[in-house]
Amino acid sequence: MASTEIYRYLTVSDQEIALDPEGYLVHLQDWSPDVALVLAAEEGRELTEEHWEVITVLRDFYARFETAPAMRPLVKAVGQALGPEKGKSLHLMKLFPDSPAKVGARLAGLPKPANCL
Amino acid sequence: MNDIPEGDLLVILRHGPHGNSWLREGLDAALVAAAFGQRVSLLFLGEGVMALLKDQQEGPLGQKGTQPMLEMLGMYDIETLLVDRRALSERGIEVDDLCVSVSLVEGEAIAGALAHHRQILNF
Repeated sequence: MASTEIYRYLTVSDQEIALDPEGYLVHLQDWSPDVALVLAAEEGRELTEEHWEVITVLRDFYARFETAPAMRPLVKAVGQALGPEKGKSLHLMKLFPDSPAKVGARLAGLPKPANCL
Repeated sequence: MNDIPEGDLLVILRHGPHGNSWLREGLDAALVAAAFGQRVSLLFLGEGVMALLKDQQEGPLGQKGTQPMLEMLGMYDIETLLVDRRALSERGIEVDDLCVSVSLVEGEAIAGALAHHRQILNF
């Protein structure tokens, strides 16, 4: 769920971006590709073309359904958008180790997925 | 529809989208179960059929509409949406007025739906 508590600020090209305690955006409209880059860099993640594909799928999912997807629907959405080769949890686990649904949602500027371990 | 698929969980929805959060809570429960791999079906009874009407908007207090949630069910592999035919006709609602595709059930088929699921949650 989107949190409204501001825990810290992320500086992205001279702008202060408010983050909640778990690193999700407090104001979803603050998102830009640069914000994703800075968030990823903080965690030592490098965003390749394949990461951006998934981030786009996540943002499209949220635009359509107003909810950040849990893992299963994310796998399905990626499969529909990018083909069955990429619509596998293994592919997503490689791109976003730990928890693809949560990490992906954070980088894509979505609220934390609710139905997710 | 006599061939109701078997499932792990049947979520019964008896409330319309506005005025309380029963519908949203019920859909949330269904999504959580589906996210963990349960085979989930929904059964819309009584006032619950109002949830399925097309073109519903957010509530006046800025609550999210439930239509995006309904459209998202397919992404969670929740494909069995059972609707009480009588509840529709009592309210003058046609299947074409609904925002998602459903299976109509009535009478014994509703009892069958209950019998075909291991667990039932009533919202």
